[in-house]
Amino acid sequence: MYERIREKLGILADAAKYDVSCSSSGSNRKNENKGIGDAEGTGICHTYTEDGRCVSLLKILLTNHCIYDCAFCVSRRSNDIKRAAFTVEEVVELTMNFYRRNYIEGLFLSSGIFKDADYTMERLVRIVKKLRQEERFNGYIHLKTIPGASDELLREAGMYADRMSINLEMPTETGLKLLAPEKSHAEVKKPLKYIQNSITQFQSEKALIKSVPKFVPAGQSTQIVVGATPESDKEILYTANAFYQRFSLKRVYYSGYIPISHDSRLPVIGSQPPLIRENRLYQADWLMRFYGFKVQEILNDIHPNLEVDVDPKLSWALRNLDQFPVDVNTADYYMILRVPGIGVSSALKIVQARKFGRLYQSHLRKLGIAFGKARHFIRYADSPIQLKDYEAGHIKGLILSESKSKYQKNPHNQLSLF
Amino acid sequence: MELYIFDGSLEGLLTAVFESYHRKSPVVKLVTEASYIPDVFQSGFQILSDREKGKRVWRGLCKKMGKEWQLRFYKAFLSEQPDVFQHLFNFSRYIIDQPAGATENFAHRDVLAISQTAQKVHREKHRMEAFVRFQKTGDGIYYAHIEPDFDVLPLLPEHFQNRYADQRWIIYDLKRKYGLYYDLEKTEEIELAEAPQMSIVNALPSDVLDPKEQLYTLLWQDYFTSTNIQARKNTRLHVRHVPRRYWKYLSEKQG
Repeated sequence: MYERIREKLGILADAAKYDVSCSSSGSNRKNENKGIGDAEGTGICHTYTEDGRCVSLLKILLTNHCIYDCAFCVSRRSNDIKRAAFTVEEVVELTMNFYRRNYIEGLFLSSGIFKDADYTMERLVRIVKKLRQEERFNGYIHLKTIPGASDELLREAGMYADRMSINLEMPTETGLKLLAPEKSHAEVKKPLKYIQNSITQFQSEKALIKSVPKFVPAGQSTQIVVGATPESDKEILYTANAFYQRFSLKRVYYSGYIPISHDSRLPVIGSQPPLIRENRLYQADWLMRFYGFKVQEILNDIHPNLEVDVDPKLSWALRNLDQFPVDVNTADYYMILRVPGIGVSSALKIVQARKFGRLYQSHLRKLGIAFGKARHFIRYADSPIQLKDYEAGHIKGLILSESKSKYQKNPHNQLSLF
Repeated sequence: MELYIFDGSLEGLLTAVFESYHRKSPVVKLVTEASYIPDVFQSGFQILSDREKGKRVWRGLCKKMGKEWQLRFYKAFLSEQPDVFQHLFNFSRYIIDQPAGATENFAHRDVLAISQTAQKVHREKHRMEAFVRFQKTGDGIYYAHIEPDFDVLPLLPEHFQNRYADQRWIIYDLKRKYGLYYDLEKTEEIELAEAPQMSIVNALPSDVLDPKEQLYTLLWQDYFTSTNIQARKNTRLHVRHVPRRYWKYLSEKQG
């Protein structure tokens, strides 16, 4: 008797999984009405899939019927797959029952476009409205913005959702036109801008009148598919950077393209998704958001792509050896943050601890920095006297030979002969 | 060096700090009654837990540490680690003796130890917030049991009662044989006369479960499978995030 709902969930979860956003943090929705759920504060990953990705939200499509035929999308019109659609009630029931059992932090609801944008958006809004108003659900809701939906519907959606997102898909307009001639970046920018303006408007009203309701409190995000089209890392990261700045996005997600089509414009089925590249892009993204790096420092015309064998921070340091060594006992916090092997929390600990006395190697090791990597770039109270300056290539070789990189010399997907 | 023996309680630990000032002991080794082995060459001083003395020390500490450090102190205490009592004792004396702000001296071994132990306990608390899987019983109570590495139950009520304000729930620690029960009004500690065993598949026998429970377990397992991308399979990463010792809680790992 459960077969129908199981089949639907199978189809519609499978179709939704290529959207990699899993965040459930950044909202401030408290459970104030003695209802169910609380989306305040940090997110929680309730489990991880076997591919190592966090499962925080029930991520499903309302339907995988779609009027568009985007080559990179598994739900494209011309793809011969099973189609299904949830009813409004089914989505609400699933969300509530999963949430009550502590399986999830909330709902990530997306959809294929059936009929037209407004028709689809209206259904999505109906679901989140029911959750908020009838079920008194205060958990996290991530709602997809359907390009082309009317401003009125977007505004209503924003009253119930914690986060809204709309995907750029390809990093450049040219790439997008190649695979999805019916789409454009312009139609992504328009609703991003509209929602951004509404957020600002609600915030300024809230400063005056406390009872102004929440509007997309966890902000907006987008996703860029990596490796489906031939853009360089520089093009990808510059696009991301522009969107962070122009639309105050909370996150840009990078999704390594998983081949799902025999289309000759795309990588063939069975080829390995670009996981290392995706990882390096996330690292570079972190450098921009939390480490005070400018995108031009990480990638530029001379270095249009991120290195595979070393992370972008180490790569930057090796190209800028004139800025090192950094003395941890005297340097500025932001310079300490730039040392490979020192992260945000150890950099903070270093500047706090050094007020009490000079820091020695033993202190640094215990504070939790990656000393083996950092030692080439720092000076501390008992640093050994260095007679000559090492070259970048030499340091890189030393670090690589000492470290056990998760990306070993042989990629793990490559079969060994013996 | 003097040897202090205390009962292992937080009150006892704080009393020991009080006594060390009272008795002017410069260096103290602190052991619990449970771990104390009588020694011919050294007699221990027995600490009698005293609410008032404990409170005085705690108030003194609170003057020097902010909310965050007060919580860290408590979290480190809950770790049940053998050397944590000594660290907490030394830490308390260090903080009391120094001007305010000494909690930031991460190069100090006890400050660092407390900070790191508290972090471990915090992580375990966070894992419990993630890995608890409730099962709905026939009488509408959502039940889950756990066996956390540290005694994190006292840290959980706020999170769960904020979130599940409109449903009754029980979270039971099988290892330490007590649990939390939320009755829609408040959360209380409870002890079950006959605690269930940690079983691999479902925590509770099917005859006490809500008739729909099986469906949702099944749907959750289905969801877990469907949302995985086979082409990205990465077992090492999966196991790093969901260590094997927690699999027994997780219905999605039983499918």
